[in-house]
Amino acid sequence: MSELRELYQEVILDHNKRPRNFKELDPHSHHASGHNPLCGDKLELYLLVENDIIKDISFIGSGCAISTSSASLMTEFLKGKSLSTTKALFEHFHDLVTGTEISADQLEELGKLAIFAGVQEFPARVKCASLSWHTLMNALEAPEETAQTE
Amino acid sequence: MIDVNKIREDFPILSTEVYGKRLVYVDNAATTQKPKQVMDAIQDLYSTSYSNVHRGVHFLSQKSTSLFEGARDRIASFINASSSKGIVFVKGATEAVNLVASSYLEPILSQGDAILISEMEHHSNLVPWQMVAEKKGAELRIIPLKENGDLDYDALPNLLDDSVKLVALTHMSNSLGTINQVEKVISSAHKLNIPVLLDGAQSIAHMAIDVQALDCDFFVFSGHKIYAPTGIGVLYAKSKILQGMQPYQGGGDMILNVSFEGTEYNDIPYRFEAGTPNVEGAVGLAAAIDYVSDLGLENIDQYERELTAYAYEKLTAIDGLRIIGDAPNRGSIISFVLEGIHPHDVGTIMDMEGVAVRTGHHCTQPVMDCYHIPATTRISLSFYNTAEEIDIIIAAIKKVKELMG
Repeated sequence: MSELRELYQEVILDHNKRPRNFKELDPHSHHASGHNPLCGDKLELYLLVENDIIKDISFIGSGCAISTSSASLMTEFLKGKSLSTTKALFEHFHDLVTGTEISADQLEELGKLAIFAGVQEFPARVKCASLSWHTLMNALEAPEETAQTE
Repeated sequence: MIDVNKIREDFPILSTEVYGKRLVYVDNAATTQKPKQVMDAIQDLYSTSYSNVHRGVHFLSQKSTSLFEGARDRIASFINASSSKGIVFVKGATEAVNLVASSYLEPILSQGDAILISEMEHHSNLVPWQMVAEKKGAELRIIPLKENGDLDYDALPNLLDDSVKLVALTHMSNSLGTINQVEKVISSAHKLNIPVLLDGAQSIAHMAIDVQALDCDFFVFSGHKIYAPTGIGVLYAKSKILQGMQPYQGGGDMILNVSFEGTEYNDIPYRFEAGTPNVEGAVGLAAAIDYVSDLGLENIDQYERELTAYAYEKLTAIDGLRIIGDAPNRGSIISFVLEGIHPHDVGTIMDMEGVAVRTGHHCTQPVMDCYHIPATTRISLSFYNTAEEIDIIIAAIKKVKELMG
């Protein structure tokens, strides 16, 4: 049960039940759809970027507790961050959930998102945690495209 | 009578542990575990008889050929086919459907024709028909699903007419467990001389199949869902139909004479079996068929029905649990959703309790759309499962609720 508690921490359960920034953003400068064809998780991600800073970010969609809470925590964390910081955070987050070694500094940069470290014990669930991040990258690089984690 | 404790000794994997807990394997609709008898048959083939089939004059080639063709005869008698010539070895049910789509249907399908399937089909009995329909400008018609998980047979008269060139229907739904009234569909279709393909992927391991009594024109199944190895499956077709069909793939073994001017194709069923076949798969499948036949399909059916009824009773007593599909005649498959908890979270937590369930759309996205859900958790039972395992499953579901509460 300890790995499960590690995976389903209170913060994750809370964000699953009451996802933050769960709305369509109007106006927005960037938008992308994310879809995990294996489990049917779907999300729409909206961003308002001004002068390379994420002024606002939101999402809607349906998915498991891991994917919903990951999207919720991501939107909360990225508000006010620069695009270059965001891209670095994507790399660190990806390394964190896939179990690739990251430095103490990088872990600290991830702040609250570090709770997703538990996902690395569950390889089948990595795609759940990373769906919102892949969708984010798509929104920033090629708006209006569907991100797929498979 | 099923002596489940004795049976479980035949399946080594059932006594393994996952995360320090005894494995409870209830993902049998995805694939079944293998008994020692099947492993022994394959081991024995490799140890004493293995060679390539059909071509050699040497001792081992003849021995392999006789085991391979013996497997074909065994399968024919198991589903009561009138002749072994109607048994084509394929990779699995998916390949069998694709074979019929390209060798039977495509050459006769014209623009404006139709193919009739149902709303509860597995993607493997949907996408191949959609592909050929798109290619030829034909229409894909759908027998609708009712809220209770049964097909809406009242819709049949309006769906069946002369433009329909084939009906393809699952015998038993892999996501809802519904056993369809295939006899009704077959007789309605035959009145208009429309052939019917039955997808037996789910039914084959759970009920006695008699293709002559069913009078289906095609019947397809995969070996791995009936305790045989992966990579072997069967297409049964009425010999008369098979005789008129074009080859599927070209290569060795499917020919009589080859020259650069042209090729004379081999007789059925070999015309559809290009290349070296899956000899060990066929031998393993024959051994699996012997195994379930020794247990008796009637005994299996009765045992699984009782176990499913017990699981159904225990599951419906759980607060917030909704069973998806409640057709009067169903097999040993139960799909459910837990209020407010996504099936993938259910699957992960149950897995940590040692319980292997399936979560997702089960390759039946139209079924999920019909119930307005993204996915379900599915329990699919075999004759090697026990009432005690059902209790472990129930406890695991309660743990899910507690943790995700």
